[in-house]
Amino acid sequence: MNELAPFRDARLAQSLVAEIHRTTTRPWTLMEVCGGQTHAIVRHGLDRLLPEGITLIHGPGCPVCVTPISLIDAALEIAARSGVVFCTFGDMLRVPGSQGDLFSAKAAGADVRMVYSPLDAVALAGAQPDRPVVFFGVGFETTAPATALAVARAADLGLSNFSLLVSHVLVPPAVEALLSEPECRVQGLLAAGHVCAVMGVGEYEPLAAKYRVPIVVTGFEPVDILQGVLACVRQLESGRSEVENQYARVVRDRGNRAAMEWVRRVFEIVPREWRGLGTLPASGLGLTAAYRRFDALERFGLVLPRLGEGNECQSGLVLQGRMKPPECPAFGTRCTPEHPLGATMVSSEGACAAYHHYRSPAPRT
Amino acid sequence: MAHGGGGRLMHELVNRMFGAVFTNPILDRRHDAAVLPASPHRLAFTTDSYVVHPLFFPGGDLGSMAVHGTVNDLAMSGARPQYLSAGFILEEGLPMETLWRLVVSMGAAARNAGVSIVTGDTKVVDPGKGDGVYVNTTGLGVLEHALQIEPQSVAEGDAILISGDVGRHGMAVMAVREGLSFESAIESDSCPLWEPVQALITAGIAVHCLRDLTRGGLAATLNEIAEASGKRLEVQETRIPVRDDVRAACGMLGLDPTHVACEGRFVAFVPEAEVERALSLLRRTSAGSGACRLGAVAPGDRGEVILRGTLGVDRLLAMPSGQPLPRIC
Repeated sequence: MNELAPFRDARLAQSLVAEIHRTTTRPWTLMEVCGGQTHAIVRHGLDRLLPEGITLIHGPGCPVCVTPISLIDAALEIAARSGVVFCTFGDMLRVPGSQGDLFSAKAAGADVRMVYSPLDAVALAGAQPDRPVVFFGVGFETTAPATALAVARAADLGLSNFSLLVSHVLVPPAVEALLSEPECRVQGLLAAGHVCAVMGVGEYEPLAAKYRVPIVVTGFEPVDILQGVLACVRQLESGRSEVENQYARVVRDRGNRAAMEWVRRVFEIVPREWRGLGTLPASGLGLTAAYRRFDALERFGLVLPRLGEGNECQSGLVLQGRMKPPECPAFGTRCTPEHPLGATMVSSEGACAAYHHYRSPAPRT
Repeated sequence: MAHGGGGRLMHELVNRMFGAVFTNPILDRRHDAAVLPASPHRLAFTTDSYVVHPLFFPGGDLGSMAVHGTVNDLAMSGARPQYLSAGFILEEGLPMETLWRLVVSMGAAARNAGVSIVTGDTKVVDPGKGDGVYVNTTGLGVLEHALQIEPQSVAEGDAILISGDVGRHGMAVMAVREGLSFESAIESDSCPLWEPVQALITAGIAVHCLRDLTRGGLAATLNEIAEASGKRLEVQETRIPVRDDVRAACGMLGLDPTHVACEGRFVAFVPEAEVERALSLLRRTSAGSGACRLGAVAPGDRGEVILRGTLGVDRLLAMPSGQPLPRIC
């Protein structure tokens, strides 16, 4: 049960910190892609242990945070339809759309259910054949295989009352979008270990070469992250830009081929809107023609409007690593976990939530 | 609705079930109100309603929780729990066997906690208007000492003790409610807390504040005390006792064990000089056998809780917001 203990070991972490200090001769800016890593960094104060010249900026790797408002609004609209059972992962419940969130929809009488697996939604559809059951498919490469499996299962069972509101996005296209920005400050990347556990590391090779950035596939515990930082800094200090796998205890170079096969069978690669980043080509998943009958937008006759952030939320800048959460004028005042302006404040992987949760506010003046 | 109409059926229910299980000289008089002897001491008075779902979970049920929750609130004010009232709201269609199991469990919990259930009420609501059964208990206790046990008594330099490991109750309930299966069964920590509190008070420990860990877990409890006292509480993360299976289950769901509910744990604020004696007193009780020192009250007047992390970096232990939600990945 305690297999993670070595990766939280204080002594090992301290020796890695010392090694990072010895290795660093110049300032470097690294981005950790995944919100889970951001939370570990802020929670354990890893950024405060690093040499002053090393800046960690937080990437867009929080699936809840990058789900566009238009899709949250679509979710709210579908959930409000008569008879609908709307199933979602817990994180999505508090994410604000332009008019409230799924929690408030539930309070207003919608049948919104929190599920732990997309297959739970399929089981519900099987148990209640007279009610439309919709699953909100959110997430990166990590959750897409389970959603794919659920759709395939629904097809096998002939469940015509099951449908999927698809918001699956892919990490490498977002990483490329950030790296290709002319003002991009990122010199090294800590890639998200669990995403690579599914997709493998191959997709990062051309990015590392094209943008000349070291990319280190990294885990989520303090020791993982410090090892990832050290590997990145070593490469930068010696002028290398390679793909390296710190998280080899989980990630195989070729990923999980069975999982990817399910994704390929059910989904095709489509352009998707990312909250804060805009519409990125070939950056998300949509149902293939063979499964399109399960598309909730089509089923409920909805078309996604093109809407920007409707309020003063600056999460776009945060998700691109161009603003630290405390620099936002609304942080902790007009935007709190109880009254969020954007998803980054409520998601368990959101950068704003991490700072609000773990960092003491500036001394009162 | 026959049981709620005040007729013969209800009379039978009250007599047979509640009367038989909760029997004591005050209740057995079956009058409109319980008549209690006056006490020369200060009294503590509290009420709470219990709406937990599912009704039964590993290590407890709604009935035992309805006793423990209220007697523990009394104990946290330094009062010896004496009397409880019990109000039941039953949804029509609730199997009598289910009610019987809850009532028996409640009676056993009351006897174990040394309290008498001296008055009660039953209402039946239409199907769909309740979640099987809701229970309200109100408790009365006596303070047989002169201590002021409250957040305002917390003083700089006080040590912060905890009576045992955190997070078991919340994970036990969540596992059943959400149909999650873990490798090992996590049982609720629900239990009465007067015994360890009494051990401290009768030994003359200058207890400054007590608070049980319920919804919102350790994080909420410490933040409530920090806010009410205006003090800065500093806690060592490595000292927070969390069982491996609870930590693993929390890790899987993306939950913080310090946010997860307990029903049989409390924190105690005592002068630093009395820490060793207080801990050995607590550890001799069954509910306090896992007691340890978490941290101390530091200089500062911002009413905040600071957690010294495993790597030596301080961070805020924030008040949890809303119910804990499992994460996507």
